[in-house]
Amino acid sequence: MLDDTDRRILRHLLADPQADNATLAGRAGVTVATLWRRLDRLRERGVLTGIEARIDWRALGYEVQVSLRFTLDKTEPRAFDAFTTAARVVPEVIEIQTFLGSVDIRLSVVARDMAHWQQIWRDRILALPHVTDIEPLMLVATIKDTAELAL
Amino acid sequence: MSVDLDDTDRAILRLLAGDATLGAAQVGRAVGLTQSAAWRRIRRLTDAGVIAGRRIVVNHAALGFGVTVFLGVRLAAKGRIDLEAFERAVTAIPEVQTVQHVLGRFDYRLRIVARDIPDFERILRRRIMTLPGVGQVEANVVLSEERRPGPLA
Repeated sequence: MLDDTDRRILRHLLADPQADNATLAGRAGVTVATLWRRLDRLRERGVLTGIEARIDWRALGYEVQVSLRFTLDKTEPRAFDAFTTAARVVPEVIEIQTFLGSVDIRLSVVARDMAHWQQIWRDRILALPHVTDIEPLMLVATIKDTAELAL
Repeated sequence: MSVDLDDTDRAILRLLAGDATLGAAQVGRAVGLTQSAAWRRIRRLTDAGVIAGRRIVVNHAALGFGVTVFLGVRLAAKGRIDLEAFERAVTAIPEVQTVQHVLGRFDYRLRIVARDIPDFERILRRRIMTLPGVGQVEANVVLSEERRPGPLA
């Protein structure tokens, strides 16, 4: 089980992922050696599963981001697998989620501009299998984006 | 202004998107560069804002958070004041991790992490449905989630 120290470390790490180990240790009230040991243990126990670089697609010239919500044909038993396999091959897809609800699958797709988006939409998205309905939500602005948890 | 990448830059981004704790020496070894050459490339990508920080990934279930919900929210009334009041109030809710302003059937997309379904219901009733200007709401519970490398291949 996690103790209060683990929780404190995770809370500060999630609140400020950019902080270096010395800063993080200071905020969590532990030594850097303890911080290392605790982070290692959280990794070993599969609680901390990754520290990944966040890529800003806009800085790479991808100005358009669209959230696509799909409803699949549930009479087709292989619909989910076939759809997901096909979606993974589209390079502009950056996220895939499956749901329990009125939406079955969601894709996050990036494009350089509207012309590029139209090309992806026609050539790649409309070609995905077993789709009964698609609903696009065009991203205007990200107001909040954090991995923080009420620990 | 967007940054031009060559194949080596793309390989570096793919590596760091998988593990941001890799040092310049490890990255260099993996892509066939010296440590200092790799360091210069990572530095350039960071300065240009392409590497925009780090993302911590935790096992939500192991921490007692069993439910992630994506919520589509449509505002009942729309004006600048309504948007600002809604955004201010919704970003203050600790269980709301993501708030995106979108165009389409909904005005906002939210990502909410809750301990379980009753906890989500409490957040929905007490926190979301009481937000200023909130209209139609649609909830979808996340079953699985994966991040893709994106157009870096």
